[in-house]
Amino acid sequence: MTTVVRALLRAALISLALTGAAFAVEPDEILDDPVLEARARALSAELRCVVCQNESIDSSNASVARDLRILVRERLVAGDTDAEVLDHVVARYGDFVLFRPPWKPVTYALWLGPALVGLIGFVAVVLVLARRRAAGPVEELSPEEQAAYEAIGRDAGESR
Amino acid sequence: MTRLALALPLLIALTIGGALLWGLDAGRDPSAIPSVLISQPVPEFDLPPVPGTGVPGLSAADLGAAGGPILVNVFASWCVPCRAEHAVLSRMAREDGVRLMGINYKDEPGDALAWLEELGNPYERIGSDLAGRAGIEWGISGVPETFVVDAAGTVVHRQVGPILGPDALAEVERALAAAAGAGT
Repeated sequence: MTTVVRALLRAALISLALTGAAFAVEPDEILDDPVLEARARALSAELRCVVCQNESIDSSNASVARDLRILVRERLVAGDTDAEVLDHVVARYGDFVLFRPPWKPVTYALWLGPALVGLIGFVAVVLVLARRRAAGPVEELSPEEQAAYEAIGRDAGESR
Repeated sequence: MTRLALALPLLIALTIGGALLWGLDAGRDPSAIPSVLISQPVPEFDLPPVPGTGVPGLSAADLGAAGGPILVNVFASWCVPCRAEHAVLSRMAREDGVRLMGINYKDEPGDALAWLEELGNPYERIGSDLAGRAGIEWGISGVPETFVVDAAGTVVHRQVGPILGPDALAEVERALAAAAGAGT
C-alpha cells in the first residue's frame, strides 16, 4: 500500500473510533450547570420516547422527545429530585414510559418470570442428571454372552 | 408422580402455545399505551385563543363545568391525518350535536387560522398550544388525538390517531354515549 493510502486508512479508522453514542440533545437544550445537565442526561436515558418506543428521549429525534427533554431540565432547575422528575413524567404518560419497570403487583410476573423459568430449568437438569446416575454403571458381558456376540460378528463377516 | 412428569411437557407446550396464540391476534396493538388520564379529571391547562378564529381559548375550567360530553381534539395545520379527520369531526359537530373543543398543538396561529378558514371551523373553543406543554399535560404522543370528556370533567376515552374508519368512529361514539349516560 502506498503511503497516501495508508494515511487515508489511518484517518478513516481514527475518525470511526472517535464516534460516541448517538444522542439527540441539541445545543439550545443543554443546561449551563454541568451537574444538572449530567442528571438530566441520566434521567433522559431512563425515559422511553412514546413515539419511537425502543429509544430513550435522550437519543430520539421526535419532537415529543425534545419537549420531554426540556421538561426534565425545567423540573431539575426548579429543584426536583430525580425521583420527583420521573414521577412528574409518569403522572402524565404512565409506567410504560419508564425503561426500568416499577416493582408493583402488576409487574411481579415481569420481574420474577425469567428467574422462575431459569429455576425450573435448573431443577429439571438436576433431576435428569440424578436419574441417569441412579441407573447404575453399564454391566460387563458374561462369557456366554461374549461368545454369542463374537459368533454373530463372524457370521456377519462371512455373509458379506 | 410419573403421571405428572409425563403430563408436564404437554402442559408447558400448551401454556407457551396459548401465549403465542394470544400474541398473534390481529386486533391487538402492542405499541398502544393506555392513557393514565382515563377516569381522571382533565389536566390543568390554560391556553389562549387562536387570533382571528372568533372562538375563545380553552382551559381546564371550561371542561370541568361543561354540562355534557365533550370531544377534545388535538390538531395542527401541519398534520395530514388531521385534514382527513376534519370532515368527520365537522359532521359530528353539525349533525350529531357533539360539542367539539380543539387544542392547536405546536402550530403558528397564522397557519392554524389559514387552515381553519380553508376547511371550516367546527370548534366551539380552540386553545393555542404553541410550546406543546399542554399536549404533554394530556400525555399525547403525536397528532391527532381525541379525548372524550364527560359532563363532570373526567376523561373517559382517548383516541390515538385520526377518527377515520368505522371502528374508530364506533369507539368514539360509544364513549360519547357512555359519557352522556353517566353524566345524567
